[in-house]
Amino acid sequence: MSLLEVNGLTKSYQPGNPILKDVSFSVEAGEFIAVIGPSGAGKSTMLRCLNRMVDIGEGQVLFDGRDVGAQNKKGLRDVRKNIGMVFQHYNLVPRLTVIENVLHGRFGYKSTLQGVLGRFTEEEKRKAFDLLGKLGIAEHAYKRCDQLSGGQQQRVGICRALIQDPKIILCDEPIASLDPNSSRIIMDHLKTISIEFGITCIVNLHQVDVAKDYANRIIGLRKGEVVFDGPSPLLSQRFTDEIYGMKTAVEMRELITV
Amino acid sequence: MNETVLKKRKFHMTLLFLGAILLTWLSAWVTDYGFASSLEAVPGAMMWMASNLLVDGEALVKLPDIMGKLLETVFMSIAATTIAAALSLFLAIMGSKTTMVNRPIGAVSRFVASLSRNIPVVAWSLILLLSFGQNSVTGFLALFVGTVGFLTRAFIETIDEAALGSVEALRSTGATYWQIVTKAVVPQGLPQMVSWVLFMIETNIRSATLVGILTGTGIGYMFDMYYKTMNYGVVALITITIVLTVIVIELLSTRIRKVIL
Repeated sequence: MSLLEVNGLTKSYQPGNPILKDVSFSVEAGEFIAVIGPSGAGKSTMLRCLNRMVDIGEGQVLFDGRDVGAQNKKGLRDVRKNIGMVFQHYNLVPRLTVIENVLHGRFGYKSTLQGVLGRFTEEEKRKAFDLLGKLGIAEHAYKRCDQLSGGQQQRVGICRALIQDPKIILCDEPIASLDPNSSRIIMDHLKTISIEFGITCIVNLHQVDVAKDYANRIIGLRKGEVVFDGPSPLLSQRFTDEIYGMKTAVEMRELITV
Repeated sequence: MNETVLKKRKFHMTLLFLGAILLTWLSAWVTDYGFASSLEAVPGAMMWMASNLLVDGEALVKLPDIMGKLLETVFMSIAATTIAAALSLFLAIMGSKTTMVNRPIGAVSRFVASLSRNIPVVAWSLILLLSFGQNSVTGFLALFVGTVGFLTRAFIETIDEAALGSVEALRSTGATYWQIVTKAVVPQGLPQMVSWVLFMIETNIRSATLVGILTGTGIGYMFDMYYKTMNYGVVALITITIVLTVIVIELLSTRIRKVIL
């Protein structure tokens, strides 16, 4: 059985103006998938439907055999703690320290009271430091997040996702606010994670080159529809043109090259 | 931008300016307010203040009394503000778009805040005076109610601008509502909120005087009493102590703000 299965997902914020149209695909454990498409194609919405950060409209999302849309509050919490998420703007609590932000990833495993009192086990703290070391930011553990550069903050974000022990990590434009060098570091880390820990990654990107370099498989979205789904080497010029719209293909490629 | 547009702008500005002058003149005419006569009255008023508002030895005898009442007023303001802050935090969490539990509760808490904010403190003290009588609870409540309204509004804005991204992130980790509120919303907004509370303490010490006059409590009552018995020396002394207290509190809170922000 696949780790994640999406069947006929249709979602609209306003009636009659669907942002996702009948999206279906399935994801096996360990895959590294890039979702590409122009702005407004529905990439972010699709990603957020997978852990129900936005309500699923029509269709079905099955994660690990559980219907995400049908979960009650407790079930949804259980689903979410197995799904890590990384954001374009990092979404850390800027005034808290790096280590505190990383430990936030454990809340899914704690009772409300344990979380509110901030009671973390030695094991969890050790793991947090291990992860920071792995991503090369251990020396910043006690710094406030707002003192870190964008690339460093994104690595904190990745640590927060990893400490959840997730089966899958969803990344929403993780490198869109970063310079080329930091972008490369972040993508390298994501790739390492997927290989070393065997965690499935779904990464929203708008750089086709980056997608082809890192992903095993690419899903191309255009106006809410899947127009390409296959191994990344098969993403030909023709498909890229189709995803981004024929006319602008040449200039788009210039813009999106990292 | 070409020349005609610029000229048009200039013309509009001139028109606006002339309009303002006309409006001022009109309102003065309607209310029978004379610029010249009011200016003439200034020296006289100054003279009166200089000759009557003098702190003499007789007034200084009252200083311990005044300090006692003043301290009472300051503590009442601080207590009213901090207790109001606790309630406001709760109302703001319920009322903020980012953290509200559901729409009806959000609307109710925003309505409560708006109601208590839009009735002026003076009106509150008179209303409460009728229901609670003349005692310090009335003064306390009047300050409390006004503060809740203002602080809730300020806290809602603080929460909305501080916490959007991290709330989303924590939701995605499976964190519960109160985990998100206590570990993302409150830590991020706290300095801003403390700053608002300090501001409100300053404001409340100032309004406490007025509320005191109306409800017969604290330093305001003392001011009113000596004013009505025409003991202007003491009135002057009270005014000076109030001004000094407010300045001290302002300096203190500026210091605290520097440390926490």
